[in-house]
Amino acid sequence: MASASIPVYNSNPLENSSSRNASNESLKMELLADVPLLPGEERVIDKDIIYICPFNGPVKGRVFITNYRLFFRSVDVDPAVTLNVPLGVISRVEKMGGASSRGENSYGLDITCKDMRNLRFALKQEGHSRRDIFDILFRYAFPLSHGLQLFAFLSQEKYQENGWTVYNPVQEFRRQGLPNDQWRITFLNNNYELCDTYPTILVVPYSASDEDLRKVATFRSRGRIPVLSWIHPENQAVITRCSQPLVGMSGKRNRDDERYLDIIRATNKMTSKLTIFDARPNVNAVANKATGGGYEGEDAYQNAELVFLDIHNIHVMRESLKKLKDIVYPNVEESHWLSSLESTHWLEHIKLVLSGAIQVADKISTGSSVVVHCSDGWDRTAQLTSLAMLMLDSYYRTFRGFQVLLEKEWISFGHKFASRIGHGDKNHADADRSPIFLQFIDCVWQMTKQFPTAFEFNERLLVAVLDHLYSCRFGTFLYNCESARDANEVKMKTVSLWSFINSDRASYINPFYTVEFVHVLYPVASMRHLELWVSYYIRWNPRIRQQQHSPMEQRYKELLALKEQYLRKLEELQLSDSTSHLSNSTAPSPSTPSQRVTHLQTPF
Amino acid sequence: MFSLGSGGGKSAKPSFVSYVTPEEIEPEPEGSLQEKSPEFLPGEVVFCSAKRILRCTQDDESECSVFGTLFLTNFRVSFVSDAVHSEDTVQLFKNKLYGENDIPLACVDQIYGDYDEKKKLITSSQVKNKYPSKIIIHCKDLRVFHFSLLCVKEEVRKKIFQGIIHHILDPKSLKCIFAFSYGEKAAPVPEVQRKQKTLMFETAEDWAAEMRRTKGSCKLVEDNKDFQIAQRLPQFFFTPTSVENEDLQKYQGRGVPIWCWSHHSGCALFKTAALPIAQEESTSKVQKAYVESMLNAVAQNHLYSVKTVDLSDALPNIQDIQQSYNKFKQNFLIDSIAEFWMSDVKWFSTLETSRWLSIIRQCLHKAVEVVESLERENTNILLIEEGGSDLCCVISSLVQLMLDPYYRTLVGFQSLVQKEWVAGGHNFLERSNLLHQRDKELQSPVFLLFLECVWQLLQQHSPAFQFSETYLTVLSDSINVAVFSTFLFSTPHQRATIMKAELDTGTLNIPPVWQWSLQFDCKAQGFFINPLYKAKSKQEKALRKAQRPKYTRQLSLPSTPSRRGFFKEETDNLKKMLRVKRISRWMQLPDSVQACVREFYSVWQRKPLDYHGLLLPCLDWPAVRLWTQRYLRWIPEVQILGGGDVAMLNKVAALVREVQELRTEVDRQVSQADPSLESPLVFARSSVRLSSSFPFAAARVWSFRPAIPISIGDSQMDLGQLASRDDEDTDYQ
Repeated sequence: MASASIPVYNSNPLENSSSRNASNESLKMELLADVPLLPGEERVIDKDIIYICPFNGPVKGRVFITNYRLFFRSVDVDPAVTLNVPLGVISRVEKMGGASSRGENSYGLDITCKDMRNLRFALKQEGHSRRDIFDILFRYAFPLSHGLQLFAFLSQEKYQENGWTVYNPVQEFRRQGLPNDQWRITFLNNNYELCDTYPTILVVPYSASDEDLRKVATFRSRGRIPVLSWIHPENQAVITRCSQPLVGMSGKRNRDDERYLDIIRATNKMTSKLTIFDARPNVNAVANKATGGGYEGEDAYQNAELVFLDIHNIHVMRESLKKLKDIVYPNVEESHWLSSLESTHWLEHIKLVLSGAIQVADKISTGSSVVVHCSDGWDRTAQLTSLAMLMLDSYYRTFRGFQVLLEKEWISFGHKFASRIGHGDKNHADADRSPIFLQFIDCVWQMTKQFPTAFEFNERLLVAVLDHLYSCRFGTFLYNCESARDANEVKMKTVSLWSFINSDRASYINPFYTVEFVHVLYPVASMRHLELWVSYYIRWNPRIRQQQHSPMEQRYKELLALKEQYLRKLEELQLSDSTSHLSNSTAPSPSTPSQRVTHLQTPF
Repeated sequence: MFSLGSGGGKSAKPSFVSYVTPEEIEPEPEGSLQEKSPEFLPGEVVFCSAKRILRCTQDDESECSVFGTLFLTNFRVSFVSDAVHSEDTVQLFKNKLYGENDIPLACVDQIYGDYDEKKKLITSSQVKNKYPSKIIIHCKDLRVFHFSLLCVKEEVRKKIFQGIIHHILDPKSLKCIFAFSYGEKAAPVPEVQRKQKTLMFETAEDWAAEMRRTKGSCKLVEDNKDFQIAQRLPQFFFTPTSVENEDLQKYQGRGVPIWCWSHHSGCALFKTAALPIAQEESTSKVQKAYVESMLNAVAQNHLYSVKTVDLSDALPNIQDIQQSYNKFKQNFLIDSIAEFWMSDVKWFSTLETSRWLSIIRQCLHKAVEVVESLERENTNILLIEEGGSDLCCVISSLVQLMLDPYYRTLVGFQSLVQKEWVAGGHNFLERSNLLHQRDKELQSPVFLLFLECVWQLLQQHSPAFQFSETYLTVLSDSINVAVFSTFLFSTPHQRATIMKAELDTGTLNIPPVWQWSLQFDCKAQGFFINPLYKAKSKQEKALRKAQRPKYTRQLSLPSTPSRRGFFKEETDNLKKMLRVKRISRWMQLPDSVQACVREFYSVWQRKPLDYHGLLLPCLDWPAVRLWTQRYLRWIPEVQILGGGDVAMLNKVAALVREVQELRTEVDRQVSQADPSLESPLVFARSSVRLSSSFPFAAARVWSFRPAIPISIGDSQMDLGQLASRDDEDTDYQ
């Protein structure tokens, strides 16, 4: 299966014992055949190795490394232990022990992963047995640091669905009723001249000219001017997003920016004061003045009120997740679980993000427009606008709508996925890395938990999104912004995650979903209701029961099947009763279940 | 006969030394009462009432406060709002005995007075001449009431305040408990005849039936019929066959292994009260011999080894439990919104310091240990505890729930509570301190702790239980209603004598809590049924029987005299062998049990889950959770409007109903016969937007605005330098 273009490494450096016979060889061949390979995936090396499983102890087996994944399968263990780890998940590879290390299994490799686990492999301490595998792993796990391509560009996968068509900005704005008499669509950023981290299509106030926009861009960090994210279909209140104003130490003012915000306010007659939500804690906003940033001062923006939402920066979040990993992997902290959990502050951060989004949604549904920003408007801002939109607009809670939400608020508006995740990059300690998107997905999960019937998609979709956030198998989350994606022809050369997801829609559907258009969904942002997402953060622990389907879901599906069965039976009975009407009812039930219900309920 | 002071029970002048002058007991002038008063229960007497009481809802005094009349009766404190109740909408889950604005006297946990903006706990002795402007009542079912007395005349204020304090806080005698006045007046309610009945374990027949069901073989003891052995033991019970009659009397029944349950392998679970600690060596020697002989009895009866599990050593004692719960419950008795959000920040660590969840976990852990011995090692188990009726009840009932699917049905569960707790002699009266004894040493929420453990099992393995969490919540509330005989007494003797004496005169009818129709109408009782539960089908039953490994039951001695001799030769030989080996020992569970239990759990976990088989709880931390329905249901800030698991359960319930209807229709068409009636399963119409606390607090109108956390000035997070760093490390342009 290995292609000739890949350098062929000696696959059996440990194969020096004569006791290994033909049957062993054939066994190996079988194993090899079992390694799942994607179209475009190619085997690079394989090797006998010991996987030091933190739960069950050392397991002997064989590891296969391809240009996409690390695959391990145990030998002589029943049931077989397998590992299937996309290389993109790896954040760090280290050598463990040295040639002279004593003790069993003290010589090998330590692999740190981005998805809340670590892997440890041991090898025999002879003849630099780990050198080749270490080098290869290092090369293929961090291709960008070695002049190689990410797997997404090598993949030959084909899907019937084309995920790149899921999001069409003009179509989405049209769904929101835009453009209208107050808001227009502008192509000013068509060549990323206004703002290189924004999408090409923007919605801005009708009465602001292109010239105005250019002027405002000079006063907003990285030119990220306030643009519309969402408009309330009835009261016309809007969520707009941007970056911080460039106030600086001297407290600079900019008439164009002030006027522009007032234009936004005036688009909605009910808004007497525009609410500006600054996601940061007050002190941080002040501190940003030193680097040229800042916040909207009261004097300058008289028709606005400023609210700080106290959400911390990317570094705090990164440390918090690190602490969380410490208490859940490999073993769940036993003695002081609850206080340990509290000391990670992870759920407290979740609470602050959710509560910020609730405030945004509340303002909108009471009819006043808001502006949301943080420093650059691509981390906390994206969290807040997308969560608020999820609360306000039931469309985003549908299977398709959620994809649109991610494409729109995160991908097109330049959340720096490449920097935050570090795709294919060896620099694991990069301070730009931060689990902001994971935190957002966690918030979504908290909402699905609190409103189990309000979302069309299920937990599996959220986990799949996170898995492929790292995997580099799809182009969806690659690069920092649209301009970079365009330059690298991502849509041409890679497959979209949504092609994969939408080809297997049934797996990701929540059976309890109930269509409900009217209501705003306010989750409760209290620690009393926030939970650790066990089935994501602790999913590698075999002691935590992983249920493929929750008992509730299983029972529901059984009941649905039963209902079908009875309905069919009733239909049969009615058929046999009314033989005289055979002519119009012989067709073998082509109607949908719901139709049949209405049809059959009449006799009751 | 017990009587209420002056007899008849008409005027409820209590027979104990009254601190209240008779005038106070006089009801208010009739006129005012007639218009607005609660529906009084049979035997309920109004002590006093006060108009113009302001009921405040947490902080929003201005918005949500309502004026009304406060009634104090021998059953409850009742607030009747002046406002016309337009929202008398269909309340699906209404308690017939008391409403949302009623506090049964026994349900009051603490009373606080607001003295010049200072909240002070009121203990009755404190009451002299100062009357607070506001009374805050914390209830055992975790409701919190604020009654402002500011608009009340000084005189009335004094009267109502003193009345409440007196009737709630001062010690009283058993016969002053409302159940007795109620029992005299209330007409017996004919309980709907069900196919299956809760076994009360008041008769030898019930015990024998249970023994037959579990296919155990023990000796029925009838010597305690008139409580000659001990008052704390049931009238009938089973012991190992070789326990002699004189053994029973020796220590008033202490040390006697009382049969709880038999495993299908033939081994069994026993419990006993520990012997008093002997001072002298000679008595100690005698005791030792006695204990040995009892253990021998347990072992020989079944020819299995025996393990003793001393619960006094292994688990927190009743005071620990009480202390822990006191801390724990404070988390839910919220006086103000500000207090709520303040405590939210430290939520997890305060939860941890109460240790309540740890205690639950410990109990479950101990129960799993015992289950392992029974299931895997087929060892007889003898649970030992000082009184033999607190943690013994907790552990033995949990073990049975895990092993025997019958107890996971509604009727089975009620029978279990009757067997282990009611007949088993749990001291409900003193554990709940129903009589307000000053000495609170005996007070402890042991039964609640058991329900908590059951809830943990239920939430982990929901489809295995026929009853719902709502059922458990309601059961936990019912402890504090003081109407039911179930929770009224301290010993089986007290129960039997009082109930019998009163029954003989034909006047008293104190119902057990299982007469659910007293509290809920038929429809509301539908909420007790768990829609996820699936009764075992006949096919499955047959299949399981075939699959079950044949235990070598020949090993167990045939105990009934009729069968004696059948295996005689064989068993005699075995007996001899066993005497040599002497299996029975005080086998303390070793320290490595933790690991053993883990191993046992993971082996079980790897097998496909059978909801009608052995059930084990996951004891890893995130799996042990807070019983949110019970503890959060009254706190408005945490109500998820339109959400919660309720939303899903409701859909399942609706579908179950639909399927049932379809099946009846099919049956009708096929056989033209009358459809068989299924247990009614209720669900709310989907047009109603429920809150997560449904079916509780359903009458409340939840705000459509979200609860926005109040941020606490300084963040308590210790973030170090990271917090002040900028998001971007790259140079700013």
